[in-house]
Amino acid sequence: MKAADFRYERPDTVAAALALLADESIESAALAGGQSLMPMMNFRIAQPELLVDLNGISDLAGVSVTGDQLTIGAMTRYATLEQATELIHAPLIAQALPYIAHSAIRNRGTIGGSLALADPAAEMPAVMLALGAEITVQSAEDTRVIPVDDFFLGVYETARRATELLTSVSIPVAAPGDHFGFYEIARRHGDYAMAGVAIAQRQGQFRIAFFSVADRAIRATGAEDVLSADPTDIDAAVARLSEIDFDSDLNASAATKQHYAGVVLRRALAGMTV
Amino acid sequence: MSQTQDVTITINGEAITRTVPVRMNLVDFIRTEAQLTGSHVGCEHGVCGACTVEIAGAPVRGCLMLAVQADGQEVTTIEGLADSGRSAALRVAFTEHNALQCGFCTPGMLASALEYIDKGGTADRTAIRQHISGNYCRCTGYQSIVEAICDVIETGAKT
Repeated sequence: MKAADFRYERPDTVAAALALLADESIESAALAGGQSLMPMMNFRIAQPELLVDLNGISDLAGVSVTGDQLTIGAMTRYATLEQATELIHAPLIAQALPYIAHSAIRNRGTIGGSLALADPAAEMPAVMLALGAEITVQSAEDTRVIPVDDFFLGVYETARRATELLTSVSIPVAAPGDHFGFYEIARRHGDYAMAGVAIAQRQGQFRIAFFSVADRAIRATGAEDVLSADPTDIDAAVARLSEIDFDSDLNASAATKQHYAGVVLRRALAGMTV
Repeated sequence: MSQTQDVTITINGEAITRTVPVRMNLVDFIRTEAQLTGSHVGCEHGVCGACTVEIAGAPVRGCLMLAVQADGQEVTTIEGLADSGRSAALRVAFTEHNALQCGFCTPGMLASALEYIDKGGTADRTAIRQHISGNYCRCTGYQSIVEAICDVIETGAKT
């Protein structure tokens, strides 16, 4: 199908985009890479009255390291990230990138678009949860920095307000002795995962985030506690996954999702040099 | 009333200026305004890969971009890849290996295969399958497609 009609604006600056989004009398949508929003519009699941295209705002793209923080602009495309030398500071992102859809999708898709959409099956929200990221959103009035643990609220639901734009995400750079793991299972490479996990072990503390098993990317705090106390006690960690509120989907029942979660956790841990 | 906008998109080296509705997809512009029907419209949600075209040298989904977003940009379609000779070796290999049946997926397959080869991809069948996983072939001709791509890489044919 084709998208329903809409009004189109392509601002050059963040301020101009925020001025457009500030008008709450019309339903607007920010267009980043369009690799999720465009299909939703073609299916007419999304029918914004105003489409604010962010692709003309060069300030929103780019990767930088300041002190111990790595900051990625919202409009940074996956293909750009794949080539970014700064990713040496974020090995978990580098591990996850090849799993994200296909090359032609990564040439357009952006990290900010994925985080703002909050698809429960997407990789980046879980990666950011595992890394303890901070997400910056801006409105015409102010700027907020939201800890990632407070950001994802449900299916396609985040703490970002309709008048706000997700402008960047920051993560602490990897330190010597940090370890990261990533694994997902999908029917076909690049498809939405049937279950996946992102793991960060920093200063001995684990952060474990699953995706495509619940209504959002979700941390497994019970398993984190077990592994932080004893990284070899994997069976106990897997047992604690029962604390997660698993959801069924077209692929699998909630019980099967829980099984998958155990499988991807074991495989991701096996791939880590802990 | 649909909002319209003037756009100039350079397709295979030829600048094409039209007034189009803002909701028009790039691939529809290519097919209906530029009259280049080699780019196919399949799923219209970015899954099948039949509409794959190059923008500034990088393959993208023609159904997941608006024509207005390509204003001022250089687009290369499968016709352009053929005319410039870039897809020549792949086309020969696809023919020799019988790597197509109905041909609907072929333009997208060629564009994706070309990206793999241009980026220095090796004749690793698993890696090739992974790279073309974003292109559906409903005649299930993947085996011969993979063989054709391998053939081009192994013989070092100039694409």
